Amino acid sequence: MSTIIIKNGRVIDPAKKFDRVADILIENGKIKSVGKQNTSKGQVINAKGLIVTPGLIDMHVHLREPGREEEETIASGSTAAVHGGFTSIACMPNTDPPIDDEASAEFVYLQAKRTGKANVFPIGSVTKNRAGKELAEIGQLVRGGAVAFSDDGDPIDNAEVMRRGLEYAKMFNKPIIAHCENKDLSGPGVMNEGLISLELGLPGIPSVAEEIMIHRDVMLTRLTGGRLHIAHVSTEGAIELIRWAKKRKIKVTSEVTPHHFTLTDESIKYVNGGFDPNLKVNPPLRTKKDIQAIYRALKDGTIDAIVSDHAPHSPEEKDVEFSSAPFGMIGLESVLPLIITELVNKKILTLSEAIAKLTINPARILGIPKGTLAVGADADVTLIDLKKEWVIDPEKFKSKSRNCPFTGRKVKGRVIKTIVNGKVVVDN
Amino acid sequence: MIKTKIKWSRKHLLGLADLSATEITTILDTAGSFKEVSTRNIKKVPALRGKVVVNMFVEPSTRTKTSFSLAAKRLSADIVDFSSSSSSLVKGESLKDTARNIEAMGVDIVIIRHRAPGAPHLLTKVLDACIINAGDGAHEHPTQGLLDIFTIREKKKKIKGLKVAVVGDILHSRVARSNIWGLTKLGAQVIAVGPSTLIPDEFKELGVKISYNIDEVLPELDVINILRIQMERQNTNLFPSTREYARIFGINSERLKKAKKDVLILHPGPINRGVEITPEVADGKHSAILEQVTNGLAVRMAVLYLVSGVK
Repeated sequence: MSTIIIKNGRVIDPAKKFDRVADILIENGKIKSVGKQNTSKGQVINAKGLIVTPGLIDMHVHLREPGREEEETIASGSTAAVHGGFTSIACMPNTDPPIDDEASAEFVYLQAKRTGKANVFPIGSVTKNRAGKELAEIGQLVRGGAVAFSDDGDPIDNAEVMRRGLEYAKMFNKPIIAHCENKDLSGPGVMNEGLISLELGLPGIPSVAEEIMIHRDVMLTRLTGGRLHIAHVSTEGAIELIRWAKKRKIKVTSEVTPHHFTLTDESIKYVNGGFDPNLKVNPPLRTKKDIQAIYRALKDGTIDAIVSDHAPHSPEEKDVEFSSAPFGMIGLESVLPLIITELVNKKILTLSEAIAKLTINPARILGIPKGTLAVGADADVTLIDLKKEWVIDPEKFKSKSRNCPFTGRKVKGRVIKTIVNGKVVVDN
Repeated sequence: MIKTKIKWSRKHLLGLADLSATEITTILDTAGSFKEVSTRNIKKVPALRGKVVVNMFVEPSTRTKTSFSLAAKRLSADIVDFSSSSSSLVKGESLKDTARNIEAMGVDIVIIRHRAPGAPHLLTKVLDACIINAGDGAHEHPTQGLLDIFTIREKKKKIKGLKVAVVGDILHSRVARSNIWGLTKLGAQVIAVGPSTLIPDEFKELGVKISYNIDEVLPELDVINILRIQMERQNTNLFPSTREYARIFGINSERLKKAKKDVLILHPGPINRGVEITPEVADGKHSAILEQVTNGLAVRMAVLYLVSGVK
């Protein structure tokens, strides 16, 4: 098979605390060596001035297939992923039908393989039909390739079911990924509850709707010894609970999305003349104070991973009154530049810390052999130009959907090449 | 009839939050001139002749819709009524498509009432017409706010320094919000009075005082604007019953004895007699409830007139 040499890039591999200029030799889809390379056989990629990282991992995306293929497919979503620098993604099971049995998990692999872009890892649902009543066949799903379990979007209301899910998944060493929301408290809410929701007359979702559920799930994790991963953390109080849990060695990890550390609820008042449904997301955009707390949590490791929560919706669904629009925004092709612009360039995180949250950390949470450039690892590599400035334009995205809240935003950092299993799939 | 030099540059009226004190005063002054028209034998001026106005009411309303209709007619505009029960919205057409279709018929001004906050804002993005918000969910009801303020100004000869209580379900009230924005901008002190479940603390950040005790604040009030208590809120745990509400917050003549002699009573209607206000107060000497309706017409004429002049 083919040989690729990536020459003279600044190689950053947080898993090995590696950060210096080096060459990477790829042979037969695997990393052969990292260091000085004198051979010039095979394809040579000049990476001078570029950052070379392990292929990025987005552990929280929605691909909509099967069921809503007009919004996204495994093919279009995994293509968007590699254009955003992601070589591996984990997709949520809230499809129609949901990923709640072995065959449906295998279907995801099969479709991803046919596309030949990113590696796609299915997340199975915790309960049958995501109904929150009976456990799905978690063992069978693991055989089908599920790397984690979640009823994302529909939090498991029954604490006993959640308890058994954590307990049962423990046997396979798989995490339960929890979308923490107490539906009684979030009620008809469509945005963060606070001054802005009050001004706009929109029903609010209080922070406590998220925090109360995190508290419950953390306590159940302590009880069961299972593994809990908290999806899209958005509030200061949520972070305090996770920090508390981690201090007590409860097996809790967490993630945040770029929109939750970039945008606040105020944007719903001002952006695009107000009430822009592209700003409607769950959990909702919070406040400056929450963003400050997220910054600290990213720095001290309370938040382990950064994810897109890529949630495609068709224009006819989103182009309606704010309160009628569905929750969610796309993100696969804007995560990386937002992290570079909002976290790295603002010195919230070092480049290496940021990359860890996109590589080795999510790989460890999901238990997948990815996220490092160690010799012998799968040759998933992302090449990034940190200085390249550009303007986000969803019309140019590979995703089928356009519900992006960052249209027109000037960002820095562009994916130059994405290599998956030794194959160059994006070549800019 | 109208002073020739009026400075006005807003094509839409979406809410009082957006307006400056000067702009609010401009509308009130213009409304003052139009009020005179209603007293004439021939109640019509040619200001909007040849203009087409659509009353797009996607939520039930009698008072506001009729008021806008009449206002447009007195300005000689052609007005078309469009209500949801007779519309294609019932057949699943989106608001955006419906509005575009209406506009394609050559409409200059769209007046919209809709249950969704921000529905008028959506229309500003898809239509070229002037958009007037006639109430969008719990967000704003700017012409109601303006007519309340107009009535207060007419009676009290000023706004600055007045103490105005807005009593009732503040949380769900677009009328309360428009009153708060408008009155505070003009220098009045607004006091929100009602059950603690219906007045989130964040209202303080808008410069509003909060009270859960009407009797305590009553003696210092110049104006009491009483909101309608929606019966459907009873079963949502926001308050236990309308009976209890009436006991604690209902404005009756007994309670009013503690008020200033010249206290002004307003109510945007429709009234639930015996709940938030007793009949003897609603029909009593302090009440300006029917004058509000009369003034509403003048205010809406002013708004239609002003926005229609903006290119």
